[in-house]
Amino acid sequence: MNASVRQAVSVNITPPVTTAASRETTAPADMRMTISKVNFWYGAKQTLFDISLGIATSKVTALIGPSGCGKSTLLRTLDRMHETVRHSRLEGEILLDGKNILDQDVTQLRRRVGMVFQRPNPFPKSIFENVAYGLRINGSKAPMGEAVEKSLRHAALWDEVKDHLHKSAYELSGGQQQRLCIARALAVEPEVLLLDEPCSALDPISTAKIEELLVQLKDLCTIVTVTHNMQQAARISDFTAFLLNGQVIEFSPTPHLFTKPSDPRTEAYITGRFG
Amino acid sequence: MNPHLRWRKFVSNFMLTMTGLCALVAVFVLFFILGYLVYYGGTSINWNFFTKLPAPVGETGGGMANAIVGSAKLLALATLFGVPIGFLGAIYLAEFSGSKVAFVVRYAADLLNGAPSIVIGIFAFSIAVHPFKQFSTLAGGFALGIMMIPITLRSTEEFLLAVPRTLREGAMALGASKWKTIATVIVPAAYRGILTAILLAFARVAGETAPLLFTALGNRYWSRGWTEPTASLPVMIYNYGLSPYEDWHRQAWAAGLVLLALILVINIVARAILSRGISVPR
Repeated sequence: MNASVRQAVSVNITPPVTTAASRETTAPADMRMTISKVNFWYGAKQTLFDISLGIATSKVTALIGPSGCGKSTLLRTLDRMHETVRHSRLEGEILLDGKNILDQDVTQLRRRVGMVFQRPNPFPKSIFENVAYGLRINGSKAPMGEAVEKSLRHAALWDEVKDHLHKSAYELSGGQQQRLCIARALAVEPEVLLLDEPCSALDPISTAKIEELLVQLKDLCTIVTVTHNMQQAARISDFTAFLLNGQVIEFSPTPHLFTKPSDPRTEAYITGRFG
Repeated sequence: MNPHLRWRKFVSNFMLTMTGLCALVAVFVLFFILGYLVYYGGTSINWNFFTKLPAPVGETGGGMANAIVGSAKLLALATLFGVPIGFLGAIYLAEFSGSKVAFVVRYAADLLNGAPSIVIGIFAFSIAVHPFKQFSTLAGGFALGIMMIPITLRSTEEFLLAVPRTLREGAMALGASKWKTIATVIVPAAYRGILTAILLAFARVAGETAPLLFTALGNRYWSRGWTEPTASLPVMIYNYGLSPYEDWHRQAWAAGLVLLALILVINIVARAILSRGISVPR
């Protein structure tokens, strides 16, 4: 860890859309989530340093950076999945619609903030039951068939699976499984969808499908995606945050970050000089 | 061919023959036992064997209906007692406990699993027979249940831990509480392994004799309710096998055959369960 790097950053982080004033009781209407001054530790090891970001409503926000920079950790704090790891500790404030998520019931929070993981992780159930799962555990009384179809359509999977909804989810290809996981997350109608390198285990064609899908999903929910693939971030996101060694180096509208990076380290990373 | 190569070839063939022979012996033992059981006991397997009470001493004929029912009652009790404890304990170990607690419990369960069944019998005698001055089906079921606990616990835990972490996260990310996650994703993902383990534990105690000698004792008549001594197949085999009567010997063989057939069926069912349904790819 380079000490000079850390120092330089802690003074000049001004996310383009978050200000101290906007962190009062309610966030501005266009900010779905607001992360302020988040520090994070795994045991004694600090992995996030003083992170402040705003997640814009109905936009795609991408977190990029080299392996181990803390982008996945940051993502996982947004639905408090970090709590499943023992000895982890979070300081700071994360607001969802103006309310601190750390004070809320975690199961309620996760119904509002969905998550899709790096590797497709369908349950050992049928395609139908996978999508219906979130509704069932929440005791939804809505007609299950309609809800499942709607989610599968949103995930652009319906046409491929409509004739064998009761087959095992494991009979689908990797890309289909990942879209199934997206459908599963969408079924509970989350306000925010978090994706942790959703395409890293997929082939280029499946990746293209998911990218296209994410852009369309903006209308349904706010999207935060982690990727180590800069081209992907450039293609699909509206805002991009570049993380390095647990700090946000630069946070800008995506075209801006990729064409006129203001920090030399951002430029070095996006031009492929490291990472 | 030079001598060195010839020697190597010889050693290779010799070892191949030895391993093959040993594999044959292992299989042969099972078939030898089966053959013996069928040869000596096959003739005594008839309608009477399954429906009649043991004949009075000195008379031939009769059956082991009371022992078959007794064994069924004992095993039902043992399963009701041992499986829930082992299963729920395994859930605690796999999902909630810290590593220290888990280590201690695991170690204790392994020791209990290795405890000689006669020791379990004496223990059950002092807990469930002596205070009541009464041998009973309940005490026998208790003794067999104790033996089922560690087997169920350890194997259930293994199967729960084998469920990928990503599945847990997937459920929790949808807003499932820890209990919901366990009940709706983790246990269903592991249920085939767990069920197989329970069936094998069941098969294991089905043939136990020593704990029953101290607890269920044996009975030449029907055992009413749960608080009387009861006959069981393994104890019947023990008693009849040691008797001086030719007819009883044959019936002991027949009882052995029934017991082995039961265990065989359980194994086949366990395998059938393992091969169907949706499993988590590794």
